[in-house]
Amino acid sequence: MPDQGQSDEGGPPPSGSTVTKDKPAGGHRRADNKMAGWLPSVTVTFASIALALLVGAVLILVSDREVIESFSYFFSYPWDAFRSSASAIGESYKALVTGSVGSGGAITATLERAAPLICAGLAVTLAFRAGLFNIGAQGQLVLGAICAGYVGFHYDLPPVAHVVAALAAGLAGGALWGGLVGLLKARTGAHEVITTIMLNYVGAALLTYLLTKESFQQPGSDNPRSEKVAADATFPELLGVHSGILLALLAAVGVWWLLERSTVGFELRAVGANADAGRTAGMSVAKVYTLAMIVAGLLAGLAGAQQVLGHQDSLTANFGGSIGFDAITVALLGRATPLGTVLAGLLFGALSTGGLAMQASAASTPLALTQVLQALIVLFVAAPALVKAVFRFRESDDGGAVMAKGWNS
Amino acid sequence: MQLEITGLTKRFGSFTANDRIDLTIEPGEIHCLLGENGAGKSTLMNMLYGLLDPDEGEVLIDGKPTTFATPGDAIQAGIGMVHQHFMLVPVFTVAENVMLGREQTRGLGLLNRPAAAKLVRDLSDRYKLAVDPDALVQDLPVGVQQRVEILKALANNAEVLILDEPTAVLTPQEIDELMSIMDSLRESGTSIVFITHKLREVKEIGDRITVIRRGKVVGTTQPTASESQLAEMMVGRGVKLVVDKDPADAGDAVLEISHLTVIDGRGATVVKDVSLDVRAGEILVLAGVQGNGQTELIKAILGLMKPAAGQISLAGRNITKHGPRQRLDDGIGYIPEDRSHDGFIGSFSVQENLVLDRYQHDTFSRGLALDLAAMAANARDRIEEFDIRTQGPHSPVSSLSGGNQQKVVVARELSRPIKVLVASQPTRGVDVGSIEFIHQRIIGERDRGTAVLIVSTELDEVFALSDRIAVMYDGRVVGIVSPDIERDEIGLLMAGAERSNAKTPEDDSEEASTDA
Repeated sequence: MPDQGQSDEGGPPPSGSTVTKDKPAGGHRRADNKMAGWLPSVTVTFASIALALLVGAVLILVSDREVIESFSYFFSYPWDAFRSSASAIGESYKALVTGSVGSGGAITATLERAAPLICAGLAVTLAFRAGLFNIGAQGQLVLGAICAGYVGFHYDLPPVAHVVAALAAGLAGGALWGGLVGLLKARTGAHEVITTIMLNYVGAALLTYLLTKESFQQPGSDNPRSEKVAADATFPELLGVHSGILLALLAAVGVWWLLERSTVGFELRAVGANADAGRTAGMSVAKVYTLAMIVAGLLAGLAGAQQVLGHQDSLTANFGGSIGFDAITVALLGRATPLGTVLAGLLFGALSTGGLAMQASAASTPLALTQVLQALIVLFVAAPALVKAVFRFRESDDGGAVMAKGWNS
Repeated sequence: MQLEITGLTKRFGSFTANDRIDLTIEPGEIHCLLGENGAGKSTLMNMLYGLLDPDEGEVLIDGKPTTFATPGDAIQAGIGMVHQHFMLVPVFTVAENVMLGREQTRGLGLLNRPAAAKLVRDLSDRYKLAVDPDALVQDLPVGVQQRVEILKALANNAEVLILDEPTAVLTPQEIDELMSIMDSLRESGTSIVFITHKLREVKEIGDRITVIRRGKVVGTTQPTASESQLAEMMVGRGVKLVVDKDPADAGDAVLEISHLTVIDGRGATVVKDVSLDVRAGEILVLAGVQGNGQTELIKAILGLMKPAAGQISLAGRNITKHGPRQRLDDGIGYIPEDRSHDGFIGSFSVQENLVLDRYQHDTFSRGLALDLAAMAANARDRIEEFDIRTQGPHSPVSSLSGGNQQKVVVARELSRPIKVLVASQPTRGVDVGSIEFIHQRIIGERDRGTAVLIVSTELDEVFALSDRIAVMYDGRVVGIVSPDIERDEIGLLMAGAERSNAKTPEDDSEEASTDA
């Protein structure tokens, strides 16, 4: 069986490539998974978060009218400027914390925001460990939501069976969209970054198209908005939180077990780290790629299902927001480990609910600030040399900044 | 230019890679730096080239203390380095690569290519380094690429040239050519620091030899020292350079290859109608210059490449249609030619790499779940049995020295029941101590009745291991000879000479059986 498109590389290596042999010199070891270079260290991650909050504080100051005014007479009453600065930063960040974890309601909102981020983040994490860059969590999530939603509002099933059927449909939809990518990669060598991005567009367009169809619209309405899913197809609540977060945590444990404790995960990690060595050891690289993308799609489908089944929601054109894209950030921030993904997902969930509270606070910091914070964290994580310079970390063994890397090089 | 190093020390955390190294390189000498992998040769040279900062000690040029913060400083001072892994832009021409970083321009910032080409021609005439300045680097064989690297250093007026394991990637012929290039450089007054762990080369070309072991200078000696003396200095104990081996007790053919033809991805026929038998209890060595079809033949045996024609049988069963996993299960053990490419996974632990092709078997898993306890027990046993020097079973294999990495691969393949062992360059980039050990294990496997097929481009290894030698040239087996053949004769066969001159096993009384 032809393993994949690249199997024609069996010829004699071009003379130049025979050079990459033998023991690497000095402390510079050759890392076999080039993508692993994208993952930040734990220290850098925390330092980046701190640095982002610091830059965020400056932004809070310049966006606060009172602070700006107090600085205009800084030399007469400097104390005023300090006091108003401190209070603006304090108010904003206090609102961010209390708004995300300060009350039962806040925690509920944070967890409900975090759950789909974690699931979609796991979809990126799992694929990443197999050496695949899954940009397509968004599309897989949309397909999952379409399928889960349709079963949720179109069919009339007994209570427990309905939610299970809707969930299963969501998982299947995501798995289909992900598996397609894996199959294309395995059979034709099509690069997953290209195919996932394209399938994102196809997924979004499919949703828009379906929402113009009568069966996807509320009766007697032309709005691109489906019926609400039936009450018995929604997730049951536990302590005021819909059980999506429970599913997300279960999924994280499942992914951990799969990666670290199962033969399938062993293959997956082996192929992700060094596909040639995997092939030589008898693994089918094509099978691993396909399987990894099916499971990744399944996880993203779970995220999509949560979005529509979590509460009695309708399917709309932009129900998913940018969860599928934030998921990439979540996975990278979580160093492509299940635990890290859960923590990063919770952080991003907290930031987005806390942002709302921040806007409503006395400092009335714009909601956009939380998005800026998220973006800054990612920016700093992506530029570890910068973070290390700011905090004067000891130079790690990998030395200076890692320059841009190609997808396939 | 005289280059002197005094008390140079480099520590990585608690590990001292270089401990008070003293070394003097006189003008116009070839100074060999001999040591096992991981002895600290490369660390020393990286300090000399401004890639690493020494913790203590001094570098003196013509008696004056000098420090190099970057390779640029070192180049300025007249030090050139040819790395083991070439630093060339493959899609640039030779001339473009040589002028890279010091481009000459004609008004308007246009590159002055003719001047660069002329410079390359001048240099290659002066030092007898034949290179076409207009050839693309990617089209050149490895030996010529190395010449381009040397030219690059010379173009920067290097007076001391550091060659880091330059022969590791070369064919025997290319090594000879490199030796004569080094000779003419020495005559023109350039000093050369020649880093290697190959004793033969050191004796052949060196003026003085400094041996490094575990980061310390063990001593400086003359090339008149015997190979076993040098090996002992290098390893720190007596080393047997010749492997003890009883005559083979060959049985029936286990691996039978008949009329095998392999066509590569570019459509070139790389293995041409090859027929070979490997018998139980014998070692058949496939000799030949690299790139004459050995790699593809081995890949076809493993099922990693599909043959265009022909048949492969194992113990009488036709396995031509089997995939790699099935063939491994059929009883093929495989040691690949480039272990870091497909022999192990660097980021995986020793424990995981030791089961890389067996994790799915009942021994190491129950259903979908890995049996970590069984894997750990296996790792403990193998580490002890094969004397794998590692901090523990959970250390990533990438943290091991080349020799120990190879031991992991060998341990994995020899610890499962196999009918035939296929090993490609089993001791490439492996230190002397480990070579001895790996050779003994391979012979031990033969004595247990396994059929062994070895691919080697190093004649020393060919003669050390073989019971029969098959020589490959241009995709064909041009002769099957017995190991008492002269070195010259096998060299001729490897270079594609007619087979009639060489002895064949049919003429040889030792070889009782003749293949149909």
